[in-house]
Amino acid sequence: MALIDLNGISFAYPNGNLVLKGLSLRLEEGDKIGLLGENGAGKTTLLHIILGLLKPAKGEITVFGKRCETEQDFKKIRGAIGLLFQDSDDQLFCPTVLEDVAFGPLNMGMKRHEATDRAERTLDKLGIFHLRNRVPYQLSGGEKRLASMATILSMRPKILLLDEPTNGLDEKTGKRLISVLQNYPVRAWIMISQIQSTIEAMSNKYCQMNGGRIDLV
Amino acid sequence: MICERFASGKSILHSADPRVKILLAVLYAFVTVGLESQEGQILALLGGLLLVMAARLSLKEIFRRLFVVNLFVMMLWLILPWATTGSGIVNWGPIIITFEGINLAFSITLKCNAIILANLALLSTSTIFSLAHALAHLRVPSKIVQLIFFSWRYFHVIDSEFHRMNQAIKIRGFKPGSNLHTYRTYGHLIGTLFIKSLERGESVQKAMLCRGFDGTFWLLSHFRLRPSDICLVGLATAYLFFVIGVEWSPWR
Repeated sequence: MALIDLNGISFAYPNGNLVLKGLSLRLEEGDKIGLLGENGAGKTTLLHIILGLLKPAKGEITVFGKRCETEQDFKKIRGAIGLLFQDSDDQLFCPTVLEDVAFGPLNMGMKRHEATDRAERTLDKLGIFHLRNRVPYQLSGGEKRLASMATILSMRPKILLLDEPTNGLDEKTGKRLISVLQNYPVRAWIMISQIQSTIEAMSNKYCQMNGGRIDLV
Repeated sequence: MICERFASGKSILHSADPRVKILLAVLYAFVTVGLESQEGQILALLGGLLLVMAARLSLKEIFRRLFVVNLFVMMLWLILPWATTGSGIVNWGPIIITFEGINLAFSITLKCNAIILANLALLSTSTIFSLAHALAHLRVPSKIVQLIFFSWRYFHVIDSEFHRMNQAIKIRGFKPGSNLHTYRTYGHLIGTLFIKSLERGESVQKAMLCRGFDGTFWLLSHFRLRPSDICLVGLATAYLFFVIGVEWSPWR
């Protein structure tokens, strides 16, 4: 059984721009897919469709063997799939980093002290425990990225969808993020990146998006 | 820029339960608005000052904020003295300055400053996040609470986006003037800002949905009513009763 199975997905933006044309993709256990493609090829759109943030005009989405159609179906899978947004400012909104990282676990129904505990451990793993009481929007770009990574990892997702995770990071911070991800017990991931070295270091499969479809390279 | 300058500090008001502070601020405003005697209004202003002192806020910053508020009050002083009917004090041709007009302007000034001082001391000593949480606890509709919180939170983001775009037009040699080119440029700037804000809002909503948001706001440190809060309520309501007593007293 594939973890994620997309079949014949078509999607157009309201302005009529058809970005996905009958796209199909299978994510199997242990897959670390590096997703390549030009700007505007629909890579980000694809990740948003997997989580039900955008609704495709046509096609089937199956996650963990279950068909996902309604908002209720997607709500159930969102805790298990972590999406790292391209822009960290979209992801962080709480008054402190700690509260932001604890937000997901609290929504999953954890008790306050459990959520705090987990948030602190996640921050520690990413090496940013010292930022816990800082205001997220006042962090530097690299710190913001690590903090948004923490907000996702604190929910202990099984699958990661990473939208340009090392984009805009310096080499040292980028490497730290990569090593955290490589040591994180995840079942599979899809990663978008324009940086060749990141893709090579972190993928065991490569997909190329072209003309609204996906080809295994 | 809104930056919660007063929210971090150590005083009895900073550590007080925000729910109590919101209720007291509302009560204080209602009582003050209803005061008709000058003695009562002066006492209300004094009460506001006492609260500010209890909150140990920087007086310089307080006066700076009061100055801004009183610019609006100045408008009333420009209009009310001659626009109110009553017994004239000064007679400048068609303009008659009345005793009632001056009285009215004075009483509005007192009440306005009293309420602002009390609000500064009670509300600005909490972060917006804990105020939003307290409002939710006081059964204010969730939509209003979220609206307040997110307006504040994204004001920063939108403001910095505006500055970035403003810098972008400056480095391309834009000089504002009274001409169509300037108006068109500002039109584009504001239009883009609106669209960007909308898209930012949508992205944030998506990110929150990914993390299982269902309309509930959680706060890590929960409020607990403590003896000092009850003390604060006792003192403040006693003072308000005293003010109302003075207002109604027959010896006044």
